[in-house]
Amino acid sequence: MMKRSNEPVFWSLFGAGGVVAAFLLPMLIFITGIALPLGILPPEALAYDRIHSFASGWPGKLFLLAVISLPLWQSAHRIFLSLHDLGIHRGREFCRWLCYGTALLGTLIPLILLIRI
Amino acid sequence: MSKRRPYVRPMDGWWLKNPYYVRYMSREATSLFVGVYALILLAGMVSLACGETAYNNWLMAMTNPVSIGFHLAALAAAIYHTITWFAVAPKVMPALFLAGKRVPDIAITTTQYAIAVVLYLGLFCMVWRV
Amino acid sequence: MTDIEKTIEIEVMRYHPEQDASPVFKTYRIPYASDQSVLQGLQYIKDYIDGTLSFRWSCRMAICGSCGVMINNQPKLSCKTFLRDYYPGKIRVEALQHLPIERDLVIDATDFINKLESIKPYIVPREARSLEQGEYLQTPEQLARYEQFSSCINCMLCYAACPQYGLKPEFTGPGVLALLHRYNADSRDGARADRMQIVNAEEGVWGCTLVGYCSEVCPKQVDPAAAVNRNKVNSTLDYFLRFLMPGGGESG
Ligand code: SF4
Ligand code: FES
Repeated sequence: MMKRSNEPVFWSLFGAGGVVAAFLLPMLIFITGIALPLGILPPEALAYDRIHSFASGWPGKLFLLAVISLPLWQSAHRIFLSLHDLGIHRGREFCRWLCYGTALLGTLIPLILLIRI
Repeated sequence: MSKRRPYVRPMDGWWLKNPYYVRYMSREATSLFVGVYALILLAGMVSLACGETAYNNWLMAMTNPVSIGFHLAALAAAIYHTITWFAVAPKVMPALFLAGKRVPDIAITTTQYAIAVVLYLGLFCMVWRV
Repeated sequence: MTDIEKTIEIEVMRYHPEQDASPVFKTYRIPYASDQSVLQGLQYIKDYIDGTLSFRWSCRMAICGSCGVMINNQPKLSCKTFLRDYYPGKIRVEALQHLPIERDLVIDATDFINKLESIKPYIVPREARSLEQGEYLQTPEQLARYEQFSSCINCMLCYAACPQYGLKPEFTGPGVLALLHRYNADSRDGARADRMQIVNAEEGVWGCTLVGYCSEVCPKQVDPAAAVNRNKVNSTLDYFLRFLMPGGGESG
């Protein structure tokens, strides 16, 4: 008999991350990394008070957690599988922990911070 | 004695041997940009929790030309991710049936683009409206 | 008709297990005609130039699935691919990628056949019916849920397109998983729980990274990538639901 894989756990997180990345990241990258620094958006748009109060409400907390954590799971999953595609097999378990461990930390840290804000 | 000696071809460099595979590997490579960007957001989140000075330093760092260059590349990668993601989504979702007929892939992909445009504009307006 | 004087070059992969350490290429010049298939080109070589050339074929009409080869690096049925699509360029014919080469263009299909057998590629009736009860009825929608996946002709082009199969031959692979889905998606079938054990394994759908080339090369529009990836959703539901439902999920 074949052994059941645990991939569904990681694949679900990957899928959720891929959806968030597709539906939000292009605009988010444009806003935080391009429009704001170049002055296309006024500096008040992401000012401390505004973002802090956004992060204090539940919708804001959920949004921030989703856009930080889920794309990390998407990215970790693809990077880990790409190592196999590239024929890199050395240190496989180490790479697994590194990839998914980063994603896990990237979930726990904002989770704790957001609860305390 | 059997004279059989099946020959198995090596796989080295397979991803360069077909344009389809090159596109596949590019799609996978977008995850590097997605991951780094999420880490940058994470840094912003941490600085937000640390207080106003730290947060303003993070905003300051985002105006660095290196940062802007990275974000331009990340934007291109994210758009490529979006296009490829919407293209394969109909193959992953359970088959949709309307009035006994399967909804064509193209209809699903188009709907996703429509939703994405609404979300992009919504997000931009939300941030813009100071 | 000036076709008769025209010629075209075909470069063919040759491998003789008793003489060659690895495959070599030989070039042949054959008469060109716009209505000739690549298979007919190979047959011309065998009949008039080199009788030792080995390749498989049978129906010549894209139905038996035995004539698959790589043509200019793309998996194709040689009976369904025409010289005119390449003329005046050169054509390069190789044995199907990722599969062990037995000799020349003939690959070893044992692995594929074993996997095909393992998925119970037949309907296991959900409910036994006697003759008096009549036939099993299906609505057009129930038919549409599996029909495209039943068009598979076992040509293995999708295996030649799948790098994950090349990297890890234990992977069940696109064609067999598409057939597995064909039976699981059939309202008359009752063996879904057995087949889900294959789906749920690392060697099942989880060996796939959705490269998608399999669906591109399939000569029968089976869309094996869709079959495999929809079963990732099924496998995920099966994985989590077993914790919620007493007695476990569909396959425990
Ligand atoms: S799914 Fe398509 S490509 Fe694969 S074996 Fe069947 S007919 Fe051939
Ligand atoms: S000879 Fe039968 S499919 Fe080509």
